[in-house]
Amino acid sequence: MVEIGPTPAIRPRPTIGGRLDGVARSCVPVVLTLILVLVAGAPLGLPGQAALRPALALICVFHWSLTRPATMPGIAVFAIGVLCDLLGWLPIGVGAVTLLIARVAALRLRPALAGHGLGLAWFAFVCVAVVVGAATWVLVSVLSLRVLPAGPLLLSTLFAAALHPSLALLFGFPGRDAAAERA
Amino acid sequence: MIRLSVQTRQALSRLTLPVLFTLSFCVMLIGKADTVLVDQARIGLGDVLGPLYTMAARPLADMRATLSDASSLWSMRTETARLRAEVAQLRQWQSVALALDEENRRLKAQLAWIPEPAASFVTARVVADDGGLYARAVLLAVGPHHGVRRGEVALDGAGLVGRVTEVGTRTARVLLITDLNSRIPVQIEGGGGRAILVGTNGPRPRLLYWSDAAPSEGARVVTSGEANAFPPNLPIGTIHWTASHVPEIVPAADLGQLEIVRLFDYRLGGDAAPEGKPEAKPVGKPAG
Repeated sequence: MVEIGPTPAIRPRPTIGGRLDGVARSCVPVVLTLILVLVAGAPLGLPGQAALRPALALICVFHWSLTRPATMPGIAVFAIGVLCDLLGWLPIGVGAVTLLIARVAALRLRPALAGHGLGLAWFAFVCVAVVVGAATWVLVSVLSLRVLPAGPLLLSTLFAAALHPSLALLFGFPGRDAAAERA
Repeated sequence: MIRLSVQTRQALSRLTLPVLFTLSFCVMLIGKADTVLVDQARIGLGDVLGPLYTMAARPLADMRATLSDASSLWSMRTETARLRAEVAQLRQWQSVALALDEENRRLKAQLAWIPEPAASFVTARVVADDGGLYARAVLLAVGPHHGVRRGEVALDGAGLVGRVTEVGTRTARVLLITDLNSRIPVQIEGGGGRAILVGTNGPRPRLLYWSDAAPSEGARVVTSGEANAFPPNLPIGTIHWTASHVPEIVPAADLGQLEIVRLFDYRLGGDAAPEGKPEAKPVGKPAG
């Protein structure tokens, strides 16, 4: 069987509309992440709301790095991390490092997880979230020169684990054709 | 777009992540070395996002009010009965308070008491939850030509909320009494002596270093005028002993659902630095 690649050798020149469409599509993940990070700061009056922002950022970065890494470039992950640090009054740079760790993990796990459905991706995400939570706790404690309570980070990790499946489905989790996309 | 060969592109993409990690650690070091710069960046970001949050605040408040209305419909009968009983009780207290006020005025007149100047205040809307994993704070929209200064005391209708720690061009940040870095000298009413109120990041701050006998359950706690950081006798909350024998304060202010707070300028000459950050310099003010 002849395999047809995703990009044929000869293709028509993309129109301006087509190109704009492409740009808009590739911007969606980063813009959506920024919107979620900002909405998490609105006075919604939810219990444990402070733990929501890091959880949402982690879910977005991991999900898009796993499913469409080109739309969530490293520099955007860095910027989202710094924004989270500034908004959440954490020592600056902690969010950037931990989200980059999540991105690296997602990229490494990508070949293994492709085509295996959401269950395995969720399991991998929970493992990554635990590592990220521990790394955040260590970094924040070292930078503020005292042992901080781990409770808020535990809550954030729990939020992330609980919200990941629904958000991943909402963002569009590739099913069986993921393997084809990987090729 | 610049066209690069496949090899160059691959090499670049392999380099991106190490470079970004290095950059993150550099940012971390800069943040540790120059806290003023980072705080300015934070309050600048607050100034930029303030108007956005202000636009969203009103519909959000309406939505919350509708939701709470809907849920209160269920318990209306019991609530009305409870309120009637409470009104009857408060009427009695009102007459007591009026009599005491009158007596107080008479005694002060006899003592030639110098009255304390009335504090000026401004009222501001809470537009964003400016806390994080290890911070409890709110962002207030104070308008472009505000006179809000650092160290001003924030109160809601029922009690102490916190203190203004950062002031931007159109926003102000109030560190709540529940923040991990909050330390407030307090007075326990009913002869309970003095203590320090310590924020724990949870909904209830703790009481430490009480001077006299162990404070009793339900005792009222007010600010003390020590260190001149707060004026005396602002209500904070009541004492509650936990199952593990730790005295906590149930704040009188509704810190979880703050909508509007008043910022009082008592013009205190005491330590105006934010709690837990004595080394920080003023932010958002021109130097010199």
